[in-house]
Amino acid sequence: MKNIQKLGLGIFLAALVLFNLLLFLGQFRLSEQQLQEVVKPEQFQILKTELAPILDKTYTSSFAFVSNFKKYFDAYNEAQQANWQSGGVVIWDDYTFALTKIASQGFVEDNRLLLLLLTIVLGAAGALLNILPKYKDEPAGIKNNGVMFSSNKSRGIIGIIIGAYLIVLYVLIYWFPAYIVNWTLLVDPLSYALSGGPASQWFLYGTIYTLAILVMGVRMFRKYRGNKYQTLRTASVMFFQLSFAFILPEILVLLNKPWYDFKNIWPLDYDFFFDYNVASMLSSGAIGMFMFVWGILLIIIGVPLMTYFYGKRWYCSWVCGCGGLAETAGDPYRHLSDKSLKAWNVERIMVYSVLVIIVLITLLTIVNYFMNFGLLGQATGVLHQWYGFLIGAAFAGVVGVGFYPLMGNRVWCRFGCPLAAYLGIVQRFKSRFRITTNGGQCISCGNCSTYCEMGIDVRWYAQRGQNVVRASCVGCGICASVCPRGVLKLENGPEQGRITDIPFLTGNESIEVLS
Amino acid sequence: MKASGDFCISTKGRRIVIIGNGIAGVTCARHLRKRDSAAHITIISGETEYFFSRTALMYIYMGHLKYKHTQPYEDWFWQKNRLNLVHDWVTGIDFEQKELQLQQQAPLKYDILVLALGSKPNMFGWPGQNLKGVQGLYSYQDLESMEAATQTCGRAVVVGGGLIGIEMAEMLRSRQIEVTFLVREANFWGNVLPEEEAQLVSRHIREHHIDLRLNTELKEILDDGNGHVRGIVTGAGEEIACQFVGLAVGVSPNTGLLKDTPLETNRGILVDEFFATSIRNVFAIGDCVEYRNPPPLRKPVEQVWYTGRMHGETLAHNLAHFPVAYQPGPWFNSAKFLDIEYQTYGIVPAKWEEPLESFYWEHESGKVAFRAVFDGRSKKLQGINALGMRLRHDFFDRVLREGGTVEEVLKQLHRANFDTEFYDKHHHAILKAYNQQFGTNLQPEKEKKTLLSVFGL
Repeated sequence: MKNIQKLGLGIFLAALVLFNLLLFLGQFRLSEQQLQEVVKPEQFQILKTELAPILDKTYTSSFAFVSNFKKYFDAYNEAQQANWQSGGVVIWDDYTFALTKIASQGFVEDNRLLLLLLTIVLGAAGALLNILPKYKDEPAGIKNNGVMFSSNKSRGIIGIIIGAYLIVLYVLIYWFPAYIVNWTLLVDPLSYALSGGPASQWFLYGTIYTLAILVMGVRMFRKYRGNKYQTLRTASVMFFQLSFAFILPEILVLLNKPWYDFKNIWPLDYDFFFDYNVASMLSSGAIGMFMFVWGILLIIIGVPLMTYFYGKRWYCSWVCGCGGLAETAGDPYRHLSDKSLKAWNVERIMVYSVLVIIVLITLLTIVNYFMNFGLLGQATGVLHQWYGFLIGAAFAGVVGVGFYPLMGNRVWCRFGCPLAAYLGIVQRFKSRFRITTNGGQCISCGNCSTYCEMGIDVRWYAQRGQNVVRASCVGCGICASVCPRGVLKLENGPEQGRITDIPFLTGNESIEVLS
Repeated sequence: MKASGDFCISTKGRRIVIIGNGIAGVTCARHLRKRDSAAHITIISGETEYFFSRTALMYIYMGHLKYKHTQPYEDWFWQKNRLNLVHDWVTGIDFEQKELQLQQQAPLKYDILVLALGSKPNMFGWPGQNLKGVQGLYSYQDLESMEAATQTCGRAVVVGGGLIGIEMAEMLRSRQIEVTFLVREANFWGNVLPEEEAQLVSRHIREHHIDLRLNTELKEILDDGNGHVRGIVTGAGEEIACQFVGLAVGVSPNTGLLKDTPLETNRGILVDEFFATSIRNVFAIGDCVEYRNPPPLRKPVEQVWYTGRMHGETLAHNLAHFPVAYQPGPWFNSAKFLDIEYQTYGIVPAKWEEPLESFYWEHESGKVAFRAVFDGRSKKLQGINALGMRLRHDFFDRVLREGGTVEEVLKQLHRANFDTEFYDKHHHAILKAYNQQFGTNLQPEKEKKTLLSVFGL
């Protein structure tokens, strides 16, 4: 590594350490006035009384503040619940995050912009400093040199630490956002500029997620330089993440419209048909109506049509946000996917089960809605919560990204994503897309299978001269890129002859047919 | 054509033993199993327990792959297909008793023996060639010893301007080891590649900071006093200090096991067009064979992956059904020279003479090239070389079998294109260059330009 790259890595790590330290800095002190700002007016008097012991008291950590807040808040609710027959009213609103955030004061609160620069901005700059000089003075060509010796990329101690860190990060964001209010303070200025409101943990998440795709997208440009397919594909996911997934939805919020990502498609966007989401869209005028119609058109026309012409790659490795992160930040881990037949069996059971589950939940929701909740009452809400918790958060987030360094970068896409399952069914049975094998040129080296992030044993097809037609293939094109003999080509072509099974490879005329 | 009864033992449940689990032996075993479900099929190898792709050894050293990744079949595959694997070295063959002696395990009886023994690196009797740190690269054991020998190596010398030589140079460079690359010819692989291609690759080798020494031979390997290499001396008397020497001056059929046996060998094990050796029920395939009557345009010994595979396919058919003569289609081969891919279809000699003519085009980048060699009068295509571009095997296989002309090929070269989507297409430039060079006015055959094609469909 060149010195400038080492410097870049050093800066990145320093910024990361500081970023993590921020969670332990500053004080937490909630004033009566702040409480009033956050809570609903009708609850203010109650909470003022109930939370009196913690008001204007200084806590040195968010953990102490949160635990004290919860103590009094929960005590109140429990008491109310016990008295529900005599008119007890439980407060269902969760104020933990908002109150902790507003209570944070001191070093972080006072130096938001400076700390934003020193952590997130400097960290990204350090990463770029490390990435940009890569492969300088080397001819274009893909080098996977040392991948299998790398502690980070080969499930060594560094990989495990990064995986564990990512898992903790996701657990905090999804279920304990109050502990990371100091991070959200950093991106407050950006949030105000885009949507006019303060940053939630989701805005923080979106910011880091987008930055990760952009910075690691630059790494893709370096690593696969000279390969136009990889370059265009990477530029595409960077564009869609930055504009469609990050900036546009915030602008919609600024315009008082629902937050909406125009490229997210049900059933990946699992709550699209949930009553609260439909209600929110339909109550937002023409734009909301457009969102609703657009979302439905994508499902019933966009997906089948585009997948028929181009295969599911049009979405999974060119547009999708999950795919975007997998293809950029996840690229160093792509070879960790399990290629065994057993893994393929598990994959099929899991991914189609998730598809069936979300289709059922959605249908139940819609029917229940039209029956004025007469079918299941509020039970669909419980289903939504459980799906959101188990699949939406735990699977897609914690496992999906946290397991990058352990099981490869497409764990979610391969084993869990119901949209990938839907796209895959179209790709397998009605599409012009295939990976063509070049006659008898395969030498069974295994680069294609090894670097397939979806765990497809590409070599199994290539060495038999058979085209690869698989539901799971996201068309990233890496198998074709790493093939040393020019054996694989992603193609759209006539459906006829797409699935081939030839008895003998091109080149041997001794035997005409399998006799 | 002989009946199957005469060709080999065909009793139900016959014991077929294959020595060698490379591509030839394993392909033969797999196809045999498909065609004869009763046979007892055993594959013996001392090299590795399971079949792996020999061509991928370099990627293990460079850290692209782990050994496991180079195995084309999962471990359960063998038992499921009732292919019995014996991990041991064969030390002797008793053709009379039809019995194999093994190093560790009990002797093994066979009814039909298939020899797929592979190759071994050439050594030309250089002084010092047996020193530590001096080796070729063919087997898994070679890879292990190369790994051990280069742990503290700062400078290495690779001898031999062929495919294994450039692979060894690339491997060593991937670990920041300085490499001096001795090539006897005036250009890299100059005895196979025509001058322009050889020069193109030579330039690329230098671009990778490999110290390429053309027209240079190895004279002697020097001892450091402890039995380890300390340097080499070139034919011109120059001494080059190094801690590792890679010898990549070709491979020879690995026939050591057959010394002092009645089996007829020359350079390789002599086989007829059905892969039968001089002893009944003994057959040989892959790198270790030498054709008594080579197929048209073919050399007597062919040591590439693809021929090994085709031998295996053909012999399996011959043993299971009735013998068909080995009849390979048009020659093809491929390689990757550092970053530049190479594909060849048909026969392109390093030098040619009347009536053969050649057309060569090179992209201005100096990294993409196309050559066609053809009959000057009939224009019938004899072969093509492609560097830095991918072309369809099936397209050229058909053209070469049907005796198509170079002009037909160039007019429809877009159909042969196998490059990744969005890559620059070169067929127009190539056709233009041909028109200029040969005073023709060929037009590309129409590509259908429809609305769909605009969208890449």
